[in-house]
Amino acid sequence: MLSMYLEMIRIRFLMMLAYRVNYYSGILVYSINIGAYYFLWNAIYAGQPTLGGLTPLQMTSYVAVSWMARAFYFNNIDREMAMEIKDGKVAIEMIRPYNYLAVKMMQALGEGMFRLFFFSVPGMVIVSFFFPIVFPSDWTSWAVYSVSLMFSFIINTEINLITGVLAFFFLNNDGIMRAKRVIVDLFSGLILPISFYPDWARAILEYLPFQAIGYLPGLIFTGAIEGEALQHALLVQLIWSIVLLLPLYLLWIQAKKTLVVQGG
Amino acid sequence: MFYFGLFLDYLKQYLKTKMAYRLDLLNEIVSDFIFQAVNLVFILVVFQHTSLINGWSREEIIFIYGFFLVPYALFTTFFNLWDFQERYIIKGEMDRILTRPAHNLFQVMLENLNPESLAGAVTGMIIMGYASYQMGLSFAWYDPVIFIVLVLSGVLLYGGVYTGIAAIGFYSDSKTGIAPMIFNIQNYGRYPVDIYNNVIRFVLTWILPFAFVGVYPAAYFLGRNELQLYVWLTPVMGILFFLVGLFVWNQGVKNYRGAGS
Repeated sequence: MLSMYLEMIRIRFLMMLAYRVNYYSGILVYSINIGAYYFLWNAIYAGQPTLGGLTPLQMTSYVAVSWMARAFYFNNIDREMAMEIKDGKVAIEMIRPYNYLAVKMMQALGEGMFRLFFFSVPGMVIVSFFFPIVFPSDWTSWAVYSVSLMFSFIINTEINLITGVLAFFFLNNDGIMRAKRVIVDLFSGLILPISFYPDWARAILEYLPFQAIGYLPGLIFTGAIEGEALQHALLVQLIWSIVLLLPLYLLWIQAKKTLVVQGG
Repeated sequence: MFYFGLFLDYLKQYLKTKMAYRLDLLNEIVSDFIFQAVNLVFILVVFQHTSLINGWSREEIIFIYGFFLVPYALFTTFFNLWDFQERYIIKGEMDRILTRPAHNLFQVMLENLNPESLAGAVTGMIIMGYASYQMGLSFAWYDPVIFIVLVLSGVLLYGGVYTGIAAIGFYSDSKTGIAPMIFNIQNYGRYPVDIYNNVIRFVLTWILPFAFVGVYPAAYFLGRNELQLYVWLTPVMGILFFLVGLFVWNQGVKNYRGAGS
């Protein structure tokens, strides 16, 4: 059973490998984005020692690592699911002897691992030539960051699965998917660390799952949180990755009932 | 006149197909709006921590963003060339276009018309209105004319750049990934270019002159006299880049041999 899912990861990884040329330009795109925000933030700091609890150096590292982490956790499985639902392929997927959602998750993981090795890691190296970036100093910090990054992948993928399953009900969920993408980018702290928001907004954002995708791992990487706060951050991530299973599961049960395949 | 008639016919056809899926239309406008709001949120939140970015105030930056939205909305309405290579070269639709008696670029543009993007121009006008009210800007009677000229220059500039990029499709039959890259560079143009280092500033002014669709023209209305030269260069750059884009496109069409099948 497990080996079957591992095979899914492997196949997707190999599939991505076959089309790797697309990724060279991707690294450039991300570097350009990081550069844009680097200069923007420099101008915003303008000599102030800290803003929102981050020093300029931590901010640069935060921006760089957030974008590169995004390359890992970002995936289009919601779009793929919507496609399969639209053209009826989902019917075949559902009679196959595996769990459709689990398969999608594994495919996302294969894709994410490919991007981690061929995109995020080389991208981070390239970016560190151009901009000052602090890396975690010891192996335990790297290990903690990896755990945290894994959680961001799980949480983001669960959110993607939820938006994907919605296609069962709406048939066309392009708008929802686009809106979700923008909202995740904004509220996860990719564009703006959560600590920059005014208090009332922060109070709301801290109760949403999005900050667990980008902001918390970013803080861990830059060393902006330590000790108890770090444990708390990991706990929040763990809780969200479990809690999100519930709406996903309920929607999935309902989706199986409402599924209508036209033609096929 | 012939071209204008064609434009109306295509528009009518487009509206008919869109009206069949009204919810989609609403969806698209709402998600565009969220997208625009996100950028505004960024500006608003950042200015809670600082009062000036390199000498530019919050309202000025908001105004520049609002201005940028107007040419950008017009550009996405008419130059929706994102899938040009996929749809016209790889799938061979270009052959059909070339058999018809209207300019090929014009036909491609019309087939991909995207009028719902125009909603972004309204958002932009509202944002500009708010910012200029906050700053107490005053406008001369001829300012609307200048506004239109500057906006159209921006549209031509964007159009030229992306037409040129789409024309790469004539030479290469695999995806190049250049368009997304340029699209990301374009985002730099929304902020005053003097916050960047010299290399980026040079690129944004002369090579991929996206600053002419944001800061430079907006500087006219903000009364930033130090950028006056660039304000008046805007129409020149717009026409120049459009002509270059058109030239590259026409060369591409000459070179086009079809992708087979």
